Amino acid sequence: MYTFLARRLLSTLPVLLIVAVLVFLMLRLTPGDPAAILAGDAANAEQIARIRESLGLDQPIVVQFGIWAGNLLSGDLGESFYYKQKVTALIGQRLEPTLSLAALTIVLAVLVSVPLGVLAAWRFGSLFDRILMGFSVIGFSVPVFVLAYILIWFVSLKLGWLPVQGYHRLADGFWPYLRHLLLPAVTLSVIYVALIARVTRASVLEALGEDYIRTARAKGLPELRVLVRHALANAAVPIVTVIGIGIALLIGGVVVTESVYAIPGLGRLTVDAVLARDFPTIQGVILFFSFIYVLVNLLVDLSYVFLDPRIRY
Amino acid sequence: MGSALMTFVDRMDSPAPDTFRIFLRESCGFVLEALGKPSSNVPFIMPKRVADTDAFKQIEEHIGSGPYMFVKDQFKPGDKAVYVKNPKYVPRKEAPSGTAGGKHVYVDRVEWNLALRDGQAQVNALQKGEVDIIESVPFELYETVKKDPNAFLPKYATVNLQYMARFNHLHKPFNDEKVRRAVLAAFSQEPFLRAQVGVKELYKSCPSMFTCGTPYGSPFGSDIQSKSNMKKAQELLKTSGYDGTPIVLMKPTDLVTISKLPDVAAQLLRQAGFKVDLQAMDWQTLVGRRAKKDPIDKGGWHMFLTAWQGHDIWNPIANPTMDTRGEASGWFGWGKDDKILALRAEFMRSTDEAQKKKLAEQIQARAFEIGTHVPLGEFQTPMAARKNISGFFITNGNLYWNLKKN
Repeated sequence: MYTFLARRLLSTLPVLLIVAVLVFLMLRLTPGDPAAILAGDAANAEQIARIRESLGLDQPIVVQFGIWAGNLLSGDLGESFYYKQKVTALIGQRLEPTLSLAALTIVLAVLVSVPLGVLAAWRFGSLFDRILMGFSVIGFSVPVFVLAYILIWFVSLKLGWLPVQGYHRLADGFWPYLRHLLLPAVTLSVIYVALIARVTRASVLEALGEDYIRTARAKGLPELRVLVRHALANAAVPIVTVIGIGIALLIGGVVVTESVYAIPGLGRLTVDAVLARDFPTIQGVILFFSFIYVLVNLLVDLSYVFLDPRIRY
Repeated sequence: MGSALMTFVDRMDSPAPDTFRIFLRESCGFVLEALGKPSSNVPFIMPKRVADTDAFKQIEEHIGSGPYMFVKDQFKPGDKAVYVKNPKYVPRKEAPSGTAGGKHVYVDRVEWNLALRDGQAQVNALQKGEVDIIESVPFELYETVKKDPNAFLPKYATVNLQYMARFNHLHKPFNDEKVRRAVLAAFSQEPFLRAQVGVKELYKSCPSMFTCGTPYGSPFGSDIQSKSNMKKAQELLKTSGYDGTPIVLMKPTDLVTISKLPDVAAQLLRQAGFKVDLQAMDWQTLVGRRAKKDPIDKGGWHMFLTAWQGHDIWNPIANPTMDTRGEASGWFGWGKDDKILALRAEFMRSTDEAQKKKLAEQIQARAFEIGTHVPLGEFQTPMAARKNISGFFITNGNLYWNLKKN
């Protein structure tokens, strides 16, 4: 187990290195000049050139990469061209909204989708099953921003129950924090409810056909216990895998939701950095996303040991 | 205007803590205009220790000598900026007048929501009472806000913004003034304004290269555009010897305030007889590309469209298209014309307002004659507020003194 853990942690290093090199090169090959953006409308070519020099963008790419990689090894992601702040500080400021949104989304999605998926499998072929599968197709198909605007119009503007935008930090009070997060999380969770419910249904359905389920029923166990203790527990590995992928995708995939609900999170920071060609920030954020992705995948792999005793590392 | 003014300045000094003096080498007719310019770049006065900061380093010290003070430790980039009432500030005992006059503060704190950028989300927040003011209502939501019983659209601006099409004078075919004149004839302003703004009460045609409603705004010499039509444009293009070179027209897809203009331009250019290569990109790619003087086949360009604050183009010194020093000039497009330069130099030295107006007319007439660029009409970006906010005054830009919240 510990060897596996050490091997997996070590294997993240080449992944992060490849991501770092690719992101660095892609940014330099993308059209758009950070110096021209910073210089503004009234600048001339000479002023732009001086800004380029001050940012170190006049150096050969190899030299630029060397400086960045050197700083990276000492934990320094560099300074934002645009905000003139340390990238680590910017990520730190934006981490709480994104993590909060992602966590609440996944909690909502799991709480709703897993029971629905189990029920759909239990009542396979029934009207409930068909309605649920129909809704899951809609959940996949409706773009997040469309759903967001519909929910804002109905829940916030018509009913007046929740705010239309913004984010309150947890330190400023739990209720305002939750009130501001609830609608974005519901919006974002719909697609994950659809995804996890379908996977849960398929996995539980497969488990329900196994001999041990017939045995459990023959022993006279209550149906709820059969479903939860025997079917769901044995179907947990693919469900947890999908939830894990969902968490990883959520961290980097909240851009639209953060924009519509004006949440100052990492997604919004990424978009702003891309539009401003803020190379250090883009590099830092993508590396951070990659690290989270690798870490969540590792946690999912480790969870298999607890979910299925047959799995050993 | 600051760099132009500095060519006249012999020296500056500060004989007393509340006084500064500028000594000029020769007669200069725009000192007050340069110092009083309300839009960027604005002349800021700062202590020597702050002014000595390297031009390429951020100024870290925020003193706060005005009616509000910036709260640095509450500033979160991309999230919010906070200003609080400056208790030490003593306003002049008079009504506010633009960026001057009495700057009375009746609220303790003004907070900018920097994360709230989506137009629909801004209007939703205004309707729900989560924000008090929207600085710029998207045109397509103007009617929605107008009909909202809890909101209103304060009239505050006297000077409009202006759309503009800019040629790259370095490359064929726009290195030929006959071709540029054909474009001037083809670009009637109304189609651009209708497509981009759409709300009749927010736009108006203005056949002037200097902002209409300001001292030098005038239709003088604009016949090539204002009294032309597509037939005339087609004739001009035929006689120009245009060889069918496709016009590389840059379209910023992400800047909603100008993103429709290039589509109209492309259509009108095609009607006039041009071949058009309409290239979509984000604004920042456009900003990087327009700085390049490279030939078209090496990433160069022929035309882009943009918008200007009225105060940035209201006279021949501020208006960057009138700096016709060719490749040495300050602004993208690099138009070259010695006559405009000579008239502009005379304008700078003139202290007689009547003469300045005449010179501005001559400069404009020459600019239309050679086709420095194409003015595409003027528009306003309406501000919206909740009805419990009062005290808005006529100015330009969004100013936050004199406001009261009930």
